[in-house]
Amino acid sequence: MCTVCGCGEQASLTGHAEADDGQGQGCCRAHVQDDCDRHHVHLHGDQSLQHSYRARHSHNHHDRPGHQQAHGGQAFPSCGAGPAALKVSGMSSERVIQIGRDILGKNNGIAVDNRARFVADDLLVFNLVSSPGAGKTSLLVRAASELRRSRPIGVIEGDQQTSNDAERIRAVGVPAIQINTGKGCHLDAAMIGEAYRRLPLLTRGILFIENVGNLVCPAAFDLGEACKIVVLSTTEGEDKPLKYPDMFAASSLMLINKIDLVSVLEFELGRTIEYARRVNPTIEVLAVSARTGEGFGALYAWIDKQAAHLRRAAEDTRR
Amino acid sequence: MHEMALCLGIIEIVEQELRRRSFSQVRSVCLEIGALSHVAPEAIMFCFAAVATRTVADGAVLKIVELPGLAWCMTCSKSVEIARRGECCPCCGSYQLQVTAGEQMRVKELEID
Repeated sequence: MCTVCGCGEQASLTGHAEADDGQGQGCCRAHVQDDCDRHHVHLHGDQSLQHSYRARHSHNHHDRPGHQQAHGGQAFPSCGAGPAALKVSGMSSERVIQIGRDILGKNNGIAVDNRARFVADDLLVFNLVSSPGAGKTSLLVRAASELRRSRPIGVIEGDQQTSNDAERIRAVGVPAIQINTGKGCHLDAAMIGEAYRRLPLLTRGILFIENVGNLVCPAAFDLGEACKIVVLSTTEGEDKPLKYPDMFAASSLMLINKIDLVSVLEFELGRTIEYARRVNPTIEVLAVSARTGEGFGALYAWIDKQAAHLRRAAEDTRR
Repeated sequence: MHEMALCLGIIEIVEQELRRRSFSQVRSVCLEIGALSHVAPEAIMFCFAAVATRTVADGAVLKIVELPGLAWCMTCSKSVEIARRGECCPCCGSYQLQVTAGEQMRVKELEID
């Protein structure tokens, strides 16, 4: 099984849901196909190459002096190997090659490309992350319907299944692309690059990405966004930032949603903010209610501040 | 389970190295994983064997070098070691910490034939 797109090992593209992009065209088929190809190429791609390297090795050379130390994270000495790929009778030919490559290097490279496209299009991009049910889509529905009066708005929705969220966004007159990740637990930069190609031009506007509801995995993946916004609802308790610190550390803004419910909950706003700042001393915080609209004025002011900051940074780069 | 996606990334890096250099077998893959990275070494160990099956790294031993997390304490103005985010400074108890190291997730070395 492909663990990112969730399709079977013998990739079947017809198994993926195809969401409508509102213009009569399927919006996620091409992305999913691209994604499956990307992940399957190295699993099933060049069989002739792979099958030559399948032999399991007997691995008794760790008994040799010096080798144990080598794998302790210190300098790796040569393991008595001959030159590259040269078999010497009576000698083991294994050798150690230095790689030093970031496991997320490919994703991060695509994220850099995405970011360059967003800057070229003068587009502000936010990546909304939260646990399921924190109210990201409700927040976006209100923000998109109000902000669209003053600038172009687009949304990329990520969920394992259904196009429900994209349909809610489109209902307020904002273009939305739904990405279904199948069994996947996060969006990656390649998915965003493909989905962005399917949106109309949003010059001088805002693109919101709603990530899969998950406070763990999406923290690791740069999508090319200007910043992550983590949404925490008052019904979830104060200690989420301590339980899932990576996500709160990766975010620039914490939105505390469902603040209208605070009077009927035992929720301490101050303690939540204190916990968030233990993992991220510079995180900004706004309390909002997607239901009543409370706090949205402050959110829009924060967005305007980010837009001004992005423009200044782009101008500095051009100089 | 983003560790599965990360393991696919590891296999892809190994396959790129295979195309760049000529070798017949990967005996081991050595990773550097920081204490403050987005990954649990145990989860990577669990996922790697499954993901490596029928690839160039099939049967390879996975080794993980765990690197400590370091942060700059803004209160006591020195570098301190922390095991996880949300911990206080071990010297002064402040939470005003700026992470400076320990977020690595890298393929460090391959042992090949």
